[in-house]
Amino acid sequence: MSFINYSSREINCKIVYYGPGLCGKTTNLQFIYRRTNPEQKGKLISLATETERTLFFDFLPLALGDIKGFKIRFHLYTVPGQVFYAASRKLILKGVDGVVFVADSQIERTESNIESLEDLKINLSEQGYDLDKLPFAMQYNKRDLPNIVPVADLEKLLNYRKVPSFEAVAVTGKGVFETLKAVAKQVLFELKKHY
Amino acid sequence: MMGSDLIMYEEEFQRIDAELKKLYHQANAKVVFLVDKNGQLIASAGETHDIDTTSLASLTAGNIAATGGIARLLGEKEFTILFHEGEKDNIHISLIGQRIILVVIFDNRTSLGLVRLRVKKSSESLAGIFDEITKKVEKEKGEGKLEEALFAEISDEDIDNLFR
Ligand SMILES: Nc1nc2c(ncn2[C@@H]2O[C@H](COP(=O)(O)OP(=O)(O)OP(=O)(O)O)[C@@H](O)[C@H]2O)c(=O)[nH]1
Ligand SMILES: [Mg+2]
Repeated sequence: MSFINYSSREINCKIVYYGPGLCGKTTNLQFIYRRTNPEQKGKLISLATETERTLFFDFLPLALGDIKGFKIRFHLYTVPGQVFYAASRKLILKGVDGVVFVADSQIERTESNIESLEDLKINLSEQGYDLDKLPFAMQYNKRDLPNIVPVADLEKLLNYRKVPSFEAVAVTGKGVFETLKAVAKQVLFELKKHY
Repeated sequence: MMGSDLIMYEEEFQRIDAELKKLYHQANAKVVFLVDKNGQLIASAGETHDIDTTSLASLTAGNIAATGGIARLLGEKEFTILFHEGEKDNIHISLIGQRIILVVIFDNRTSLGLVRLRVKKSSESLAGIFDEITKKVEKEKGEGKLEEALFAEISDEDIDNLFR
């Protein structure tokens, strides 16, 4: 649900990073935060536990630039990936314009990836959204680790929609901006379609 | 896009802005602001210079969302007013209609009673303005005006250029 402000000439959109616990959602936002010019970003807000697991959400406002005199802003959120935070995940999805699914490439996380994607679908549909129609990008994270699932297999397992997908190492930033760009573009095209 | 996007026009924005300024003065508040339930800041008035209003907006919406979730678990509809008391500053959060949140931050220069009273008055006016915006958006959408106003002009290239 975007916010189009003709008065301040701004367009605000909401992107949510989703995925199983420890897959690297917060790390994505941290990297984006570090690599963005100060005038383009607000504070990175993290509501986290003592052990740095996301408790409610991370939030990062980003100003991408101007189109036809309108400031384009994206509000990036992450959900808490741990299974028992289901209720909070649902809340964060409210008003979402685009979703990034961050998958953990490690073999032992395969089941968790599938469950989390299923959870995403259900939570979206409860709010009246359809994952098959939403701007969506897929990220295969932790490609630097040794025990990982081949990308072709992850594609088959998770990317049933054949949305843009990216190999990533969020700790070094590999694939992070590519993923953001892919989803942000879709969000803007979607807006264009509707107005 | 599913659900309806929030759209703000110059004319209504001026009226909202005036209403917030009025509330700010009459309640003797420090800061007054309006947030959409999804965490987007709509407008603010008062001593906003040393406050990070963007973060505040997102956290306020999170707060409302969380208490709304609790309310549903308890079989309540929604808590329409939240109040947090601090050592110096207090924060009064209330819902206007289904999607707008009004936040008033105040200290001991005023009282909760006065804030409540003024919030109630302003809420009615603000709700009226937001109703008008909804009607206007529907009308313009029906006439295909919004299209011309903005997005028809945006090319794929414009979007690509954002990401160079
Ligand atoms: N090796 C490696 N580690 C990573 C990568 N991305 C993230 N990590 C690490 O994985 C751990 C969890 O990362 P977070 O970003 O906190 O994970 P999260 O998805 O936000 O987890 P929750 O908040 O619990 O949902 C941290 O120790 C990160 O440093 C990566 O690409 N490679
Ligand atoms: Mg996290």
